[in-house]
Amino acid sequence: MDFGSINIVVLMVASTPILLAALGEMVTEKSGVLNLGVEGMMITGAVCGFIAAVETGSPTLGFLAAALGGATLSMLFGLLTQVFLATQVPAGLALTLVGTGLASLLGQNYQGRTPPRVPDLDIPVLEAIPVLGPILFRHDAIVYLSLLSVIAVWAFLKFTRAGLILRAVGENHAAAHALGYKVKAVRLAAIGFGGAMAGLGGAYISLVRVPQWTDGITAGIGWIALAIVVFASWRAGRVLIGAYLFGGITVLQLNLQAAGARVPVELLSMSPFLATILVLVVISARRHGATNAPAMLGRVFHAS
Amino acid sequence: MKRRTLLTAAAASALALGAALPAFAQDPVKVGFIYVGPRNDGGWSQHHHESAMEMKEHFGDAVELVEQESVPEGPDAERVMTQMALSGADIIFTTSFGYMDATINVAEKFPDVKFEHATGYKTAENVGVYSARFYEGRAVEGFLAGHMTESDKIGYIGSFPIPEVIRGINASYLHAKKVNPEVEMSVIWLNTWFDPAKEADATQALIDNGVDVVLQHTDSTAPQITAQKAGNVYTFGQAADMAEFAPMPRISSIIDEWAPYYIERVQAVIDGTWESDNTWAGIGDGMVGIGEISSAVPEDIKAEAEALRDSIADGSYHPFTGPINKQDGSAWLAEGEVADDATLVGMNFYIEGLTGEIPQ
Repeated sequence: MDFGSINIVVLMVASTPILLAALGEMVTEKSGVLNLGVEGMMITGAVCGFIAAVETGSPTLGFLAAALGGATLSMLFGLLTQVFLATQVPAGLALTLVGTGLASLLGQNYQGRTPPRVPDLDIPVLEAIPVLGPILFRHDAIVYLSLLSVIAVWAFLKFTRAGLILRAVGENHAAAHALGYKVKAVRLAAIGFGGAMAGLGGAYISLVRVPQWTDGITAGIGWIALAIVVFASWRAGRVLIGAYLFGGITVLQLNLQAAGARVPVELLSMSPFLATILVLVVISARRHGATNAPAMLGRVFHAS
Repeated sequence: MKRRTLLTAAAASALALGAALPAFAQDPVKVGFIYVGPRNDGGWSQHHHESAMEMKEHFGDAVELVEQESVPEGPDAERVMTQMALSGADIIFTTSFGYMDATINVAEKFPDVKFEHATGYKTAENVGVYSARFYEGRAVEGFLAGHMTESDKIGYIGSFPIPEVIRGINASYLHAKKVNPEVEMSVIWLNTWFDPAKEADATQALIDNGVDVVLQHTDSTAPQITAQKAGNVYTFGQAADMAEFAPMPRISSIIDEWAPYYIERVQAVIDGTWESDNTWAGIGDGMVGIGEISSAVPEDIKAEAEALRDSIADGSYHPFTGPINKQDGSAWLAEGEVADDATLVGMNFYIEGLTGEIPQ
């Protein structure tokens, strides 16, 4: 078997949805909002993207519709938690239920349809490099977009004034409010961004990874993305590592089975989770691990 | 206080009257179906659903159909069945292997409700089981797989390590091996009936390992789409024809034909002749169908495959005919000996030549 080029391509395909959704959720959580509705936003994005791509024949419009769909659904959560001051945990769980049901309803007539193929974007010159070329430079645009967003999110949070405000809101909303920042506006923007990214991740499943529409197509990937954020202790770079680790081991265990490795199947099946838990433990054991959470995470802000 | 008692009594008698009234009219028979996946999964559950619809069409207003989809195999299944029985279902079809114990448990509590469990082996006074001899169809698939593979590597996506699935693996491997002694088969276990993303990943993993024919015992069409992308990989339709993927990559299929059985059993309920039974029917009885063999298969091989299908149908050939050894080399069937149903029903071993282990 070829452990080199081919498997890494599959690894990236399996990891990209997790990466996109986790990155969006990280930004949301950095603003102090815990949105557990990632799974619901993902599957809504998956169905919106699928419908748009099938109807227009354009994958690009599909991904745009997915981002829009995810963001729109997340605004429901924003309305509940920021305007009506609902508790975030149940509101997020409700969002998952609403999203799953809504996606099922919207997708009724799209079973068995085939979406337009998302083209691979072969980067000229670079793709011709032996070994590295096929691994790194022959993917669809969304894979590159997801990698670029890791850098963009990191740079945004670290270097920009807007990023600083967002972090300030997440660390101490009362102080940010006293300084004149619009806490709710910032949080709504962060929630919307999280929704759009989750939507993109969902559409990547329904348009590239599978690609078809069936009920329950995200199959819990949104929950994994949530866990990856904690795993990454709210750092963009580590979100990338976490997503690729999980996706990679998921794919690797199937490859090991196909190659006839003499390892019990049960052990292989749980290996992605085992590895994630293991790294989580190692990170948490270090000094700054779990304490890195935004201080206002999940707390309701009420301007007095 | 008195008035309230009066009201309660009035309400109670109205209820009793309401309950008694329909007995005067010809009551439609209420038929319930429980599916493990969404009823439009493109495979197993969809085919049960479509057969149920055919049954409903056959009876018209004489039957009331209730369906519940995407019911997980576990405590939820028992809850759903109980709910259905309480809501007045006369007969409930539970269409997944994992519902077996739940069906038996609920049936005990509702002796007047008939239960029909698909692909299980536990029966009771009011629980019948039915299944198809899928392995007959899988023998034909294996025959085609052995002929069509160029890399001599074929792959099989297994769901749960239960006899039904293991039989399919053995039957297809045996017949691939017969026509192509060089053939090797890789099995990937997914522990799910339906998870398109996982099925797509598993198909890709098989393809990465050089496999160019993929058989599946999971319910979605994700493997077909993955194979389509790869370009030179063959697959088979599972449970439904999946004709939208023909002639490439889907080169044939096994189809479950449940509708005639459903019509027969519901008729028995209407007639009051229903009795618990154990049905295990194959190609010959029309419960297993072989879909169109596509133009990607050469004519002569297509003809041979059809001959194999027909010989299984008329009973002149049994897919498990000796000599066959078990994986560890010990003898299972002697020359010319045919496997008995008891062994097949509980089959928990690979036959000789298959690598890997069955998860226990």
